[in-house]
Amino acid sequence: MVLQMRFDLATHSLREINQTLHHIDRRPGETFVIEHPKGTHSVAVGLTEPIEVTIEGHVGYYCAGMNKNASIHIIGNAGPGLAENMMSGRIFVDGNASQYAGASGHGGLLVIKGNTSSRCGISMKGIDIVVGGSIGHFGAFMAQTGRLVVCEDAGGNLGDSIYEAQIYVRGEIDGLGSDCVEKEMRPEHKTELLELLERACLSVPIDDFRRYGSARNLYNFKIDNADAI
Amino acid sequence: MCGIVGLYLKNPALEPRLGEFVSDMLEEMGDRGPDSAGVAIYRNPAPAGGSKVSLFSTDPAENWHTRNDEISQALDVEFSVQIHASHAILTSAAPVDEVNGWIVSNWPDLRIMSIGTSIEIYKEKGHPKDVAGRFGFKDFAGTHAVAHTRMATESAVTTEHSHPFSTGLDLCLVHNGSLSNHNRLRNFLARQGGQFQTDNDSEVAAGYLTWRLSQGDSVVDALKSAIQDLDGFYTFAIGTSNGFSVLRDPIACKPAVLAENDDWVAMSSEYRAIARLPDAKHSNIWEPAPAQIYSWERSSSGNGASDAL
Repeated sequence: MVLQMRFDLATHSLREINQTLHHIDRRPGETFVIEHPKGTHSVAVGLTEPIEVTIEGHVGYYCAGMNKNASIHIIGNAGPGLAENMMSGRIFVDGNASQYAGASGHGGLLVIKGNTSSRCGISMKGIDIVVGGSIGHFGAFMAQTGRLVVCEDAGGNLGDSIYEAQIYVRGEIDGLGSDCVEKEMRPEHKTELLELLERACLSVPIDDFRRYGSARNLYNFKIDNADAI
Repeated sequence: MCGIVGLYLKNPALEPRLGEFVSDMLEEMGDRGPDSAGVAIYRNPAPAGGSKVSLFSTDPAENWHTRNDEISQALDVEFSVQIHASHAILTSAAPVDEVNGWIVSNWPDLRIMSIGTSIEIYKEKGHPKDVAGRFGFKDFAGTHAVAHTRMATESAVTTEHSHPFSTGLDLCLVHNGSLSNHNRLRNFLARQGGQFQTDNDSEVAAGYLTWRLSQGDSVVDALKSAIQDLDGFYTFAIGTSNGFSVLRDPIACKPAVLAENDDWVAMSSEYRAIARLPDAKHSNIWEPAPAQIYSWERSSSGNGASDAL
């Protein structure tokens, strides 16, 4: 028997639902569904248990923020600040996501099947982000570690002031940011990319992907640049 | 922060419900800014060659019928008056310039909120739910509307500083964001003959568009110039007599969502406002790209022509 607990945001308060999910006494195999989100903010934020949550509809700001261990599937679009500061777990979005998706994430996997807009993966710190469509400008701005995969195009200033994160883009890029350069796609990168696409359940040929990362001129201290401080 | 909404109806059967839809959307955006709220609604055009003016009085005992008689006699044209709380709409066959000139000269105690042929503007201090209730927005029929709920950051909280701002015929603008070069631009526009009622930055954006249109620009061309000349953060929704447009600045920090289906085009700061509309979930929903002009216009041959330019 499939065990499923359903929450309706039309009749239950957001706080009630989130708190229940925080302190869930889960029966084996039980999954959770949130209905009628209608663009509500902060849905399924701060989850810490390894549970599966499905959200049936579009969500507003900050959905799935600070996620740890949980798998969250959004059947719809997500507003700004999706999966902000995610620690671990998996978040899948069937539609598009707005600005700064996956910002500051420390770990886990964020998959957006559609497009995202500006600042996707800003300051990422270990999260893996896979985007089936395109991303807007300033993707992976100041990204420290982790991987950002973009199956279509990327907006301007990609990877500006990037540290050690890896970026893979299949389509066109409207300009790289400061200190972001194209890098050689070696066999280990192809393996890494294949593995990420497989985990994201996206079947996209990897031949056209190119790799980008830091030229390491900006964030290393160099005595010659001391005057610039 | 501020919240903005716009709704353009493609299906005339929905026109009687425009006010209800826009009130719902604006109320949903109320927690983005409860300082003041306002709506510009396009409906009931004045007779050909005539005019419609939205007036605001600070006097709670204002006698609009006396005012109406006074202007009717002075201009020797019959005016009709519709009263909504502190605002009144005066419609007549008298031309725009004549009406505007007479009001400015004879009623310095009143504020002209808008002037044109089909635009009406209502705005007041307070939460959008209260403001909408005071004016009775829910009962307004119309073809399209833009509306705003304000969190004041740039200038005072007064009725005059509320959005929408209208500085030209049938043109209005609502703004989420803040402009950096509005003082210098206001001075420049004033030298070109522009008139401003407040020190608000968004009024300058409206004045800028009015100036470009007076130079012969189309709305789209005026917005293209705005991308070059306005410095700051903005998501704009702009209403004209036959359409509405949306523009975000090139950095695009301020949020915006567009949605379209066979019946309507909607714009809002957040999707949850659009979610209040019929069949919103199944409409085409997207985030407007930075520095891209989106425009919908009702042509004489039909309506719903849309363009992303």
